[in-house]
Order: sequence, then structure tokens, then C-alpha cells
Amino acid sequence: MKAEEIAAAGSVTLAAHETIIQPNQSWLRVDWALLWEYRDLLALLVHREFASKYKQTILGPAWFILQPLMTSLVMTIFFGRVAKISTDGVPAVLFYLCNQLSWNYLQQNLSTGGAIFMNNASLFGKVYFPRLVVPISVVLSNLFACVLQMISFLLIYWGFVTMVPGTGLHLSPAALLLPLLFLMTGALSLGVCLWMSALTAKYRDLNQVLQLFVQLWMFASPVIYPLSKYPVRFRWVAEINPMTAILEAFRLCLFGVGTLTVESMAMSIGGTVFLLLTGMLIFQRTERTFIDTV
Amino acid sequence: MDKPIIEVQGLSKLYTLGSIGATSLRESAEMIWSKILRRPRLNGTPLTARFAPEQVGPVPHSFWALRDVNFVVQPGEVIGLIGQNGAGKSTLLKILSRITEPTKGRAILRGRVASLLEVGTGFHPELSGRDNIYLNGAILGMKHAEITRKFDEIVAFAEVEDFIDTPVKRYSSGMHLRLAFAVAAHLEPEILLVDEVLAVGDATFQKKCLGKMGDVARQGRTVLVVSHNMASILSLCQRAVMLKFGTVERMGPVQEIVHAYLEGSKPEEVVALSDRHDREGDGSIRYESIAIENAAGGSIIRTGSRCKVTIRYKSDKPVRHTRFLLTIYDLTHVSMFQLDSEATGGLPDTLPPEGTVICETDGLGITPGRCYINLELIRGHQLADRIAYAAYFDVEVDDFYGTGKLPKREWTMTVLRHRWMSGCEAGVE
Repeated sequence: MKAEEIAAAGSVTLAAHETIIQPNQSWLRVDWALLWEYRDLLALLVHREFASKYKQTILGPAWFILQPLMTSLVMTIFFGRVAKISTDGVPAVLFYLCNQLSWNYLQQNLSTGGAIFMNNASLFGKVYFPRLVVPISVVLSNLFACVLQMISFLLIYWGFVTMVPGTGLHLSPAALLLPLLFLMTGALSLGVCLWMSALTAKYRDLNQVLQLFVQLWMFASPVIYPLSKYPVRFRWVAEINPMTAILEAFRLCLFGVGTLTVESMAMSIGGTVFLLLTGMLIFQRTERTFIDTV
Repeated sequence: MDKPIIEVQGLSKLYTLGSIGATSLRESAEMIWSKILRRPRLNGTPLTARFAPEQVGPVPHSFWALRDVNFVVQPGEVIGLIGQNGAGKSTLLKILSRITEPTKGRAILRGRVASLLEVGTGFHPELSGRDNIYLNGAILGMKHAEITRKFDEIVAFAEVEDFIDTPVKRYSSGMHLRLAFAVAAHLEPEILLVDEVLAVGDATFQKKCLGKMGDVARQGRTVLVVSHNMASILSLCQRAVMLKFGTVERMGPVQEIVHAYLEGSKPEEVVALSDRHDREGDGSIRYESIAIENAAGGSIIRTGSRCKVTIRYKSDKPVRHTRFLLTIYDLTHVSMFQLDSEATGGLPDTLPPEGTVICETDGLGITPGRCYINLELIRGHQLADRIAYAAYFDVEVDDFYGTGKLPKREWTMTVLRHRWMSGCEAGVE
């Protein structure tokens, strides 16, 4: 009897793990349960991503703060002082620092997650795990840098408000919406990473274009200028870009100025969801036979 | 009876040679462009043929790495996968471990699968040994708690206690390897797929790995091992699958399959002749098949091997006064030996209408190389059947003279046992 019980218990656990391998499985078939089973790997990859970035650098994680700070200073000097581009009445340094919050996050995600397949070819060729773990870990690990950057931003913001009189700026409760905006930026960049990874796996040439693409995208987004500089008639063109609403929303939450409509926000959310879903689709499509083409 | 833990049904994998994966943008743009224009491509292949999903047949520049592979594995079995390079062993493991997808067929795996296709995948050089144990374990599918539980055991197995907090990039290659195998060896999957891991490391470590693998097998887990090392296959596995050109050639008890594999340089054991229509003679008696083996029953013929040729023949009526004549030729059609039933005698005057005759030879003094056999059947003075190049066999090197030296085929076709002595020894002087 006992042996039978053991055998029965054994077959139950076996059945729970049944895997069927066959060609041309349906397109969108994310195995969420399996992904969840690999959550420990996700955590470790996030840690690896984060730790390996500043290992053996002198300033360590301080780079996560310094890099966007320096970019903002350069922008303040050239776009603010020299080119005199409007910043919607917000002090130029704060304007650019604020834009860097979301844009830098997106940019970091794309530069580390834009060619997942190519960069991990040898690993993917030897062991199976849900490949989605890797892009998700990229987006999550960059979030740490975001938090550091956010803290430094708030310190500078606070310094500005207390030391420079007459700015009329104050932190409103709207700032509590920022995590949601970071979430949107993360989702959007994940979608784009999935697309880029799948495309660079198929067309190696695109890897060369990736940086250029990010740069062009920056100019197409209100990073160095506010959307209010756009003629009203053409704003919808800029609003097709899901980043537009996110950037404007960031400024609206932090400074109370920004050109944001319900429609443009809805369009941004819709675009993000669309990119994310189609990205998963094409990523999975690539995942299944990518290794044959390496 | 339990369901089999692994079921492989008609599994096939088509690989496209050359450029299909590394498509350039230009190529794709060209394809889309010509699709828009509904114009066949310059090379004449209509686009529909390239895109048709159901076409998995012999597309140009493609080959079947696996073709209709079927087998089942019962829980707790340790199976060896053997075959020559390019036989499809690694492709099969890659499909079973879900690294790539089959083109046709399917496989059902009933259990947690871990694959070990290469030791040390996913090690990050900047991270410490400790961090890498966790990372590598997680990549291989272990839970954090599981790794923590086995951590000390892993470190002890790898013998890297003193360096556990040192970045892996400072490890010697031996330490790197030991650590990697240690992590993998402590996986506890229900199905373990292993590819050639034992081919690495020094002899002591290989022995240790082999011992660990044996433990895993004894714990009742199912293991599928690919290896070229027949000794480890024999010591680990109960059954083996022999792959050849992407198909399952044989499957059965490990001894039998390994034996067959080692003898496998021979093209075919029994050559069926019923398909040969390029015959001469009146056809009153016909050769059906021929098999050549050494006297011990193996298929390897060496210089000096005693051979056994088994011939099946067929006729309408009892066979009387018939001469079986086999001629062994070399490549240049020079006859080396004739095996002639009339010259030696020994066959009864009357044979049944359908049956077998066997010819045994003394040591075959032929230098290593390929030999062909012509078959002739003569009844009275009438030629009944003749098949040129009916079969061939390869003579392998053997220590014929006991000195390790043997002439080459270019110098002579046959060898003869002989002795040399000086005149004084022979008592001539």
C-alpha cells in the first residue's frame, strides 16, 4: 500500500511539471507560472546588473547621480543660456534635471536592454530559462539608479526653493504620482527593448543604429524644450510619441507647469501597452529559434 | 505502469545552411519590395515558396539535423546518447532542453528539467564565487533557498573554500571548472540532460564528476547523457540510443549499443541483393544477400582476421552441382583472392531450393584498405548469376607481424607470415 501511495504521489508531482515541446506554438504564450518560478534568478540578475556596473570604479554608485547631473548642466549652458530655449518659466537647471529623470531611465534601459539576444547569445545557447527574465531585470536594475537620481533631484529642488527667493515653486501632492510615471517609463522602455532585441537579433545592422535612434528620439521628445513651444496645430504630431506625455506629466507634477491633456495621456498609455504587447509577441517569436541563427 | 518520463514522437529539426538567420536589412527589404510588386525573386524562387509555413521539406541549402526521432524513457533510467559528430545528439539535447524548437514532431517531458550543456555558463567574472554560485544555480533553475541549503556542500565539492569571496575572474581555469560543475552537480531535477561535460578537467576531477553523476543516477533520477567517451557511457547508463544522420539507428541495452557503435565503421552488416538488377546469368539461382564478418561474429575485419561470409541464395528447385565463387578485388579491380566452393569442396551435391551457405577463411592476409566482392554462381558449365561489386568491406590495421609494422596498400595488397634469420642461426655457415 505504502509503495503505491508513494508512486501515486510521485506521478502527481510529475504531472504538474509536464512540458510539451513542439513547433509553432501560439504566438503570445507567456508562461507566467514559469516566469514566477524564476523570480530568484530575476533578483540575482538585477543584482548582477547593478553590481557589475560600478565594480572597480572609484566613484561607484555616485555615477548614477553624477552622469545625469552633468548632462543637465551641459544642457543648461548650451540650450538654456546660449540658445535661449524656453523652459516654461522653470529654472533651466531644474527643467533639465527633471527631464533627465525619465529620459535617463529610458536611455539606460535601451542601451543595456536593446540587444538582449546578441549580448547573451552564448548563455542562451546553453541553458533554458524564460528569456523575458533578462529584459525585465534590466528595467528593474536601472530603477535603482532612478531612485538615487530622484533623491538627488529632490535635494537640489529643495535647495533651490529655500535659497533662491521668488521662484514660486513648491512641491505639491501631485509629486506622489511620480512612481506611476516611472512605472510607465519602465513599461514603455521594456516594450521598446523587446522590439529592439528581437530586431537586432535578426538584423545585426540595427545594432549600429541603436544609439542614433535613441538620440533622434530624444530630439523628438520634449527633453530640451517644452511641448508648449510646439504650434498648437502640430502638437498631436509630438503627442504620438508616448514619451511626450510622460515628460510633460513629470514637469506638471513637480513644477505645476506642463502641456498635458487627457487625450495625450491616454494616447501615451495606449501606445505603451501596444508596444509592450507586440514587443512580447515578437520577442517570444525570436526566442524560439534565435539560437539556430547564431 | 507509470507514464514514460520522456516521450519523443517524430521529432525533426531542419536547419537552413548559410544566410537565413543572418539576413541583412537589405535582403528583407528586397523581399518585401518584391512581394509588393508580386514579382519572383531574381534567383527564380517564388516568394510564396520561401514563406509558405507548411514547407518544411527539402528547401535548398537545408538539411535535417534530426529526422523522425522516436523513443521513450522510463523514470529512473539513465540513457546514453551516442553517435558520430553530426549525428544529431546535441541538436536533440538542445530541443529537449528548450533552447531551440523542433521543426516537426513533439516531445513530452514529465518532470523538472535541468540541462547541463556546458559547464560554467552564466558565470560573471566580476562577481565573487559566492555570488556566482547563487547566480549560476538560479540560471540552472534552482531556488535561492535550495542553493543556500547546499551551499557548503557545493563549496566543499569544488574545493574553493578559501577563495569563495574572490571575484571569479581571478580563479584558475581548474577552479572555475570545479566550481561550475559543483553547482550543476547539486541540481535536483527529475530529468537531467548532460552534454559532454566529462570531457573537461584533469583525470582526478573527471573521476569525481563521474562518481557524482553515478550518485545522481542512483537517486532514481532520469538522466540523458551525450558523450563520446564510451567508458563513461558504459559505467553510467543502462540503455543507449545510437543516432546516425539524425535518425535513431539503434536503441537497447548499453553494452549492445556501444558494441554496435564501436563496430559501426562498417557500412552495412548484411547487404541485401534483391534490389540488384544489374546481374548476368540465366537467373535459375540467385544470390539474395551477403554478410561478411570476422570469425568471432564482429563486423570489423582486420589484416589477418579469420572471416566468415554468409550467403543467402534462392532458386525454384533444389540446387545441384553448383559452384559458389566469390572474388575479392581491390579498388583497381585486381583480384586478390577467390573463394571457390568447387576448388575446396565441402558443400553437399544437393542443396535446398532456398537457404544459406557459409564460407570460413583462414587469416585474411590483406593490407588495410577497401575490398570489393564479386559474386558468381555457376551450375554445371552455365553461369546462373553474377553480381559485380556486390558488397565491400574495409580491412583495418592489425598487428599482423607482432611488430606493430604493416605494409601499406600502395606497396602490396597481401601479406604473408614469414620469418627471417641470419645464416649462422640457420646453421648454414
